[in-house]
Amino acid sequence: MYSLKHLGVAEPMRECEYSQISTRSSTPMESPHKRKSLKKKWQAFQGRNKFYCDGRIMMARQTGVFYLTLVLIVVTSGLFFVFDCPFLSSHLTPAIPVMGGVLFGFVMGTLLRTSFSDPGVLPRATPDEAADLERQIDVANGSGTTGYRPPPRTREVVINGQTVKLKYCFTCKIFRPPRASHCSLCDNCVERFDHHCPWVGNCVGRRNYRFFYMFILSLSFLTLFIFSFVITHVILRSHSIGFLSALKDSPASVLEVVVCFFSVWSIVGLSGFHTYLIGSNQTTNEDIKGSWSSKRGKDNYNPYSHGNLFTNCCAALCGPLPPSLIDRRGYVLPNTPLPAPPTNGITMYGATQSQSHMCDQDQCIQSTKFVLQAAATPLLQSAEPRLVTEELPLPGRTSLGGPCPSLLLGQPTPPTSTPSLSCDGEIIPPHPSHPPEPPHLHPHAPHHHHAPHPHHHFLTPEEAPSPPGMLPCGSPLSHSHTVPFYHPASQDSLHEDSVRGLVKLSSV
Amino acid sequence: MATEFHNLQELRHSASLANKVFIQRDYTEGTICRFQTKFPSELESRIERSLFEDTVKTLNNYYAEAEKIGGQSYLEGCLACTTAYLIFLCMETRYEKVLKKISRYIQEQNEKIYAPRGLLITDPIDRGMRVIEISIYEDRGSSGSSSGSSSTTSSSGR
Repeated sequence: MYSLKHLGVAEPMRECEYSQISTRSSTPMESPHKRKSLKKKWQAFQGRNKFYCDGRIMMARQTGVFYLTLVLIVVTSGLFFVFDCPFLSSHLTPAIPVMGGVLFGFVMGTLLRTSFSDPGVLPRATPDEAADLERQIDVANGSGTTGYRPPPRTREVVINGQTVKLKYCFTCKIFRPPRASHCSLCDNCVERFDHHCPWVGNCVGRRNYRFFYMFILSLSFLTLFIFSFVITHVILRSHSIGFLSALKDSPASVLEVVVCFFSVWSIVGLSGFHTYLIGSNQTTNEDIKGSWSSKRGKDNYNPYSHGNLFTNCCAALCGPLPPSLIDRRGYVLPNTPLPAPPTNGITMYGATQSQSHMCDQDQCIQSTKFVLQAAATPLLQSAEPRLVTEELPLPGRTSLGGPCPSLLLGQPTPPTSTPSLSCDGEIIPPHPSHPPEPPHLHPHAPHHHHAPHPHHHFLTPEEAPSPPGMLPCGSPLSHSHTVPFYHPASQDSLHEDSVRGLVKLSSV
Repeated sequence: MATEFHNLQELRHSASLANKVFIQRDYTEGTICRFQTKFPSELESRIERSLFEDTVKTLNNYYAEAEKIGGQSYLEGCLACTTAYLIFLCMETRYEKVLKKISRYIQEQNEKIYAPRGLLITDPIDRGMRVIEISIYEDRGSSGSSSGSSSTTSSSGR
């Protein structure tokens, strides 16, 4: 750390830091190592997703069926181009392979876009948010039920005249927004959750619904296109040499016809179904549950519908595309509140703080000054600017006074890296109680719900109370987060030192 | 992000997590992004109600602008569709542009209004657009308890 060296307090601080983090180093030369040890947020992601290309690609855990989809489409189209197109382009028109090519490209593009993008995953609540919500719920319910899970928590909200219940997600520790649902396969809450599609290997939600729809629509056209032109090809050939000889001449056509025949019914049917859903602005989830069906009650209507078909379609397909909320490729900063705090809470937090000096120094200075303007004024009287040596006993505050005065005083040392890369953030490992593949979640995986359409498994997401195995982990987690930081015995010394810190900064 | 901030925050964080105020989403108009303008009681002694409401209302307006379904968004959607969404490799979506405006606005509000009162607003995008997190810093000289804080910058890690 440059500033530490300048202050000449590197030695004692390094001692304190060393015991906590082995990847940490105080020497500037080892910055590349530090940066290598920085984790990206996708690596610390809590849901059961797979990430590729350094977080750019995001898919569900089980992708076998997706590869099957790819193979079916590519092989069938390939056979079409190789075996049928030469005949068709010479006997009919070369526009056929061209159109086929365009359709195929469109299908592949939308498929990959659907499969690889973030469907609209809601990040889990930070510990503070979760605690705040818990408090509100306790106040509302009248707490005191320990030992078993309290009744499901709901909030009611009136949207456009309809009463909608917002359910609390025990896994993500949030009240789900309307139309959001928790996907048990991916273990995420997804906004405007439609369904989990194994064929594209991903959930279909707010951010990729339009790509999904265009995929199945274009696939319907492609399937019909190939089907009709293969039949045309066989018929044209059989005019000259007879039907059976024609089949023998191009055996691939038989395979294509069979695949297309079975696909047409399901894909075209699915496209029709989703066209209806788009027109009425419903999700598959809502349709299956009959949330807005008039059978539930006379006054039951869809509060999200814009009223007319055209607007609904435009909104679904051409509306603004919201950005991903989970920021997969950002770096995990040491002070970023992660939903699953580490078990060795105090040492992690304490140690990581000392490493974060070099983060966004300009902003550091500015924002520090502004806050301290407000907070530090009455503290000027009790000044004791010999800050640095006082900080040493507690690891978390070793750098409290250290780098900042130097930053405030002088030319701040230029940031050693771009802000997004700045922090020598500590890798906060996922909580041991939440391993990447928690065994108690596996039983959910083969838990497919019956689908109304032959080709699609519509996995109606459960309300997903977290499996019992996770609950005991949940509460000690939040406790382990708070308890290590609150030692009544050391609170006074903490206060004192922070006062000194404030004073030191404000006096500069 | 303030390094001093981090350190101060951790201290205050360690002392008390209770004093962060979370402004929840307002779903009465559907799924569009809107935050409740109800003035939280914890802020009563810290900031004037009108200033707070102005901030939240401006944020709501920004989000409404980002999610507006109208001529411009249709054009953008159709253009993107015809170019197979490759156009977003070089162009920002309107939503992203507005989000940038929002983070500038929040920073400006923090600098001018909130920080002098010992408060800090966290950009909702850093909290998954679920809440506006307002951290309350307390004056150590006046009371024994300290308050929690949070990382505030919208630029860190994004």
